Amino acid sequence: MRAFAALYEELDTTQSTNLKVAAMSRYFREAPPADAAWATYILSGRRLKRFIGPALLKRWLIDEAALPEWLIDEAYASVGDLAETIALLTAGTAHSEATADDLPLADWIEDRLLPLRDADDDIQRQSITGWWRQLPYRQCFLLNKLLTGELRVGVSQLLVTRALAEVTGIERTELAGRLMGEWQPGALFWQGLHAAESPRTDPAVPYPFFLASPLEGEPSQLGDREAWQAEWKWDGIRGQLIRRAGECHLWSRGEERITERFPEIVDAAARLPDGIVLDGEVVAWKDGSIQPFALLQQRIGRKKLTAAILATVPVQFLAYDLLELEGQDLRAAPLRERRAHLEKLLADASPLLQISPLVIGSTWDELAGARADSRQRNVEGLMLKALDSSYGTGRQRGAWWKWKIEPHSFDAVMIYAQPGQGRRSNLYTDYTFGVWREQELVPVAKAYSGLSNPEVEQLDRWIRAHTLEKFGPVRSVEPSQVFELAYEGIAASARHKSGIALRFPRILRWRADKPASEADTLANLQAMLMQAPDEVRRSS
Amino acid sequence: MPPPLVTVTENGLYCPAGGFHIDPWRPVDTAVITHAHGDHLRHGSTRYFVAEPGVAIARHRLGTDHHPMPLKYGEQLQLGSTTISLHPAGHILGSAQLRIEHEGQVWVVSGDYKRQPDPTCAPFEPLACDVFISEATFALPVYQWQPTVEVVEEIFHWWRANRERGLASVLFCYALGKAQRVLAELRAFTDETVYLHGAVNVLTEVYRQQGVEMVPTLPVTGERKTDYKGALIIAPPSAAGSPWMRRFGDHSSGFCSGWMRVRGNRRRRGYDRGFVLSDHVDWPGLIETFKATGARRILLTHGYSDALARYLNELGISASALETAYGDEEQQ
Ligand SMILES: [Zn+2]
Ligand SMILES: [Zn+2]
Repeated sequence: MRAFAALYEELDTTQSTNLKVAAMSRYFREAPPADAAWATYILSGRRLKRFIGPALLKRWLIDEAALPEWLIDEAYASVGDLAETIALLTAGTAHSEATADDLPLADWIEDRLLPLRDADDDIQRQSITGWWRQLPYRQCFLLNKLLTGELRVGVSQLLVTRALAEVTGIERTELAGRLMGEWQPGALFWQGLHAAESPRTDPAVPYPFFLASPLEGEPSQLGDREAWQAEWKWDGIRGQLIRRAGECHLWSRGEERITERFPEIVDAAARLPDGIVLDGEVVAWKDGSIQPFALLQQRIGRKKLTAAILATVPVQFLAYDLLELEGQDLRAAPLRERRAHLEKLLADASPLLQISPLVIGSTWDELAGARADSRQRNVEGLMLKALDSSYGTGRQRGAWWKWKIEPHSFDAVMIYAQPGQGRRSNLYTDYTFGVWREQELVPVAKAYSGLSNPEVEQLDRWIRAHTLEKFGPVRSVEPSQVFELAYEGIAASARHKSGIALRFPRILRWRADKPASEADTLANLQAMLMQAPDEVRRSS
Repeated sequence: MPPPLVTVTENGLYCPAGGFHIDPWRPVDTAVITHAHGDHLRHGSTRYFVAEPGVAIARHRLGTDHHPMPLKYGEQLQLGSTTISLHPAGHILGSAQLRIEHEGQVWVVSGDYKRQPDPTCAPFEPLACDVFISEATFALPVYQWQPTVEVVEEIFHWWRANRERGLASVLFCYALGKAQRVLAELRAFTDETVYLHGAVNVLTEVYRQQGVEMVPTLPVTGERKTDYKGALIIAPPSAAGSPWMRRFGDHSSGFCSGWMRVRGNRRRRGYDRGFVLSDHVDWPGLIETFKATGARRILLTHGYSDALARYLNELGISASALETAYGDEEQQ
């Protein structure tokens, strides 16, 4: 595990993507095959299923470090990451990174961590606290990261496949495909990655998704309107619908198998010919039009799909691309060709499988006009796709753009702040905002992103100097700073004190010019809620 | 209870029985100085007392028309009705703790200090006292320093790895103390010349005149066309991102500070590498030092004073935080 811990640290501290790729390649070349497979598993964003909660780890830490709980909390608040706090407080400084005992990563996971899942509490505790004491800092940190399941390391899937391509000599898109779906890390898998012929044996495995980049500025910069296809940007769940070997599978973009969530779509797909893969969007659909995402969310949240929920939230699959036809991979073909095949294929398919229509407009200006209607249509804006583009992997700029509408916004007052996670752990970066109800500020949104780094640092100093009260890591602050917040959706909610739930709230700007008294009122927000479509208001 | 030997006034820490201030933040008549960092040694006072090995640095900082009065470590001096003496603090060259004795009572003001060995200055000496006024810059248990040699080895390997990639290595260190400590510690690994930013260079020359042994150095100059590929350059953090950096072309940047112990700080600073090297005392060092002084009361300045005071009180050691204007040179 020493080598992987060193790699993790290198990836964590390196800014340059080339150096990150070089570090991964070096590791993949030198590591035993089973370790390389596990490293691939972890680096590509997969995690071990968590079996010990953070509260329990903290409990053990308090005993191990022999420090009072408030001091552990103080340390945690200043570090911002539990795995790191544990390592800083427990790792045996007596053992240097270079000389401590070393066990391969695969052995650590397969022989130590996974069996611990079914062990009783005492054994779990003894093993883990024992490792805390033995391991040098880097490995101790990595162990805790594996346990807490938060191993994000700032490398994208694209970088991992770049490194794998250097090591295996296999093409990147092919590798991305081999990393999709479910697989068992081990030496066998690692050999399979190197195989010249695609070992695709599992017909359920999807292709890697191609992602659009946000369009900044005007679309005229993209050149001729005729070279582009425009579609609505649907507010649903991006998914790949697979019809192969007599079976149907539905995958979300998060690589989650959601087949069971949407039985009616899968039934409809069963009537397609075999050897088909569609890319599209699962949306809530009623009376001939798309419904707000909040409605779809009700269905996602259910453990059990009852007849009632199937009836309240009918869904549809809006297909916008065809990746495989008659078992042949179409991704290298230009979009205009794939689209032609798609139209033919879905011409008389089930009404639950519809083609995502093209947005008409012969000039960029006309498209801008159509985009202005987005809100009425319950869509997020437009998608612009180059007609001669192939279907790529991940987020490659240039061929697919999302041209989103500006979000709704309002002015709110900061009332609480707490430190962020990871890189922002020493700064107050997580804020709670309130709006006025009579003389009182009612919390309506939590937001993190949106400010520039200098603003965040300035705000951090302001927060420290204007704290009213401290509750653990949270500080209440003088209610005087106003921020313009944007959101994507608004819904009535019985669970929130304000009676309102906002979707994706974020900071647009710091309104240093505005006194707190001029921030919005809860009544203003309720009016915004009333303007939203019916279904949104009824949902809770 | 006898009246306190040291109080906080608007000018700084003050000893009424002795009629002098300690590291005052405003001009006063008599200032006893623990060390020459900017937040402890300020302009404008009439008389300064400093530890003898620190005189040259103090003169450099105050300007040559000032004549700080030197006190040898351990040498006793009558001030008012008190007897004072300065003792090594192990922080930077010439840094001192101040011992004040008055009517059988002993108070010690630590200034900034550390417990790790440092080849550029005399090691910290624990002094028995009734009241110990300690710094608390890094007073959280997550701050524990690894052996210096390991950190310097990391710096050396980083420099070598950058050289292999054809890059210059720019290491940001506080210009007084930290930079010279790194230059002295590097002798265990190399005798190669290291390049210095002007601000680091003048202070390094002062250290060298005091007999501190360091690897050879050259100032980074404007005129000469030097190729810095593969070289190690030491600069103050204020130079980061300035036009001065352009001459180094492709380079890797590193930062030496105790704050680099925490990953969030490393990432937020945006340097390629963070090296955990501090001239301040770490958590175990604080606790150990308090025990060694036998003090019945601990007063705290800098950093995490509140947390440490609470912890000590829970252990049954009387402690409280003092509001001072001291900052933290490692943040700069
Ligand atoms: Zn200092
Ligand atoms: Zn200081």
